[in-house]
Amino acid sequence: MKDTTLLIAGMATLSAGTLAFRLSGPLLRKRLTFPPWAEKLLEAAAVILLAALVATTALTEGHAFVGPARPVGVLVGGILAWRKAPFLVVILAAAATTAILRLLGVP
Amino acid sequence: MGSIYRTLSPRALRPRASRTPGPTGPGPTGPAPTGPAPTGPAPTGPALPGPALAGGVRRDIAMALLAVWLVGLSYGAIAVASGFPLWFPAAQSVLVLAGASEFLFIGIVAAGGNPIAAALAGLLVNARHLPYGLALPDVLGTGWRRILGAHVMNDESVVFALAQDDPPAKRAAFWTCGLGVVICWPGGAIMGALIGTAVRDTSALGLDAMFPAVILALIVPALRDRPTRRAALAGAVIALAATPWLPPGLPVLLALGALLLLIRRRPAPKPEQPTP
Repeated sequence: MKDTTLLIAGMATLSAGTLAFRLSGPLLRKRLTFPPWAEKLLEAAAVILLAALVATTALTEGHAFVGPARPVGVLVGGILAWRKAPFLVVILAAAATTAILRLLGVP
Repeated sequence: MGSIYRTLSPRALRPRASRTPGPTGPGPTGPAPTGPAPTGPAPTGPALPGPALAGGVRRDIAMALLAVWLVGLSYGAIAVASGFPLWFPAAQSVLVLAGASEFLFIGIVAAGGNPIAAALAGLLVNARHLPYGLALPDVLGTGWRRILGAHVMNDESVVFALAQDDPPAKRAAFWTCGLGVVICWPGGAIMGALIGTAVRDTSALGLDAMFPAVILALIVPALRDRPTRRAALAGAVIALAATPWLPPGLPVLLALGALLLLIRRRPAPKPEQPTP
C-alpha cells in the first residue's frame, strides 16, 4: 500500500474540500443568484460526471475491461431503476446478478 | 420509496427559481402569536424527528438508510480487498461522508494513482454539494448546527428535505436522514471492512456491482430528459475511450467535455419548440 502520510494527506484534502463545498452553498445562497441556464448547466455537469463514473466503474478495472459479470449486473439494476423499482431492489438485483454470473464461471 | 429517485432531477434542484423574496420561515417578527401555540415545533434547531414527519416519509428514509448501509458494506469490503488498512475506510467514511468520492479515491489509489490526485478527483465529484446547498431551503440553523448540518448534507438528505412541503417537515426530514447517514455509512463501512478481512474473495458476492448500480439509480430521473441523457451518454463514452490511456480519475473529468453538447444547442432555436 501507499505511504500512510500521503494517504492521510489525501483524505484530509478530500474531507476539508468537501466540507468547504457543503458550507459554501448555504452561505452563497443568501447573496447570489445564478441565471437559470447556469443552474441547468451545473446540474447537467453533475449528471454527466456521475454517468461517467457509472460507466468506468461498471466496465473497467484499472485500464482494462473488467469482464461481463459486473456490467451485466449493473445493467439489470439500471433497467429496474428505469422501471421505477424500489431502490433496495435495484442494488440487490445488481449484486445478485453479478454474484450468480460469477458462480456460473463468468468472470 | 419514490422520493429518492428525485435526486439530481432538475426540478428537485431548482426550487430557488420560484422562491419569492422576503422574510422566510416563522420568525418572531411575524404576526404576534396569540395564546399558547399548541402544535408548533421550535422554529430553530435540529429536528424533533417524530411529529413533523408522516409515517410514509419515515419509512422511505429508513429504506434509503438501509441502502446506504449496504453500499457502505460494499465500500468497506472493497477498500480492504484493495489493500487498504481497516482504519482507512472507517476514518474516511466519517470525515468525508460522501460515498461516490470515497469509492473514487479508493479506486484511484488502488490502481496506483497519487492520493492527492485522487482527492482532487473526489472533490470534483463532490462539487455537486455546492448546487445542493444553493437549492436547499434554510434547514441548517446557525453556529455549530450549520457546520454539522452542512456535513450531513448529501444526496439523500437533500432529496428528502426538498420533497417535504412545510419548513418544519423539511428540517425534520433533512436532519433525520442526514444523521441517519452519519450512523449508517460509517457503520456499514466498518462492518464491510471486517467482512472484507474475513472473506478473501468479496467479488464472489457481487458487491462491486452495487456502487455503479446505486449511482445509476440516482441519476435515472435526470436521464429521462433527452438532452441530458444524450450528454451523459456522450460523457460516458468519452470516459471509457480515455480509460486505457490516461491515469485514473482523469477520464471521468474529461467527460465534462460532453457539456458542449448542451451549450451549443442552447442559443440555436429548436425546430420543435412551440412558439408562445
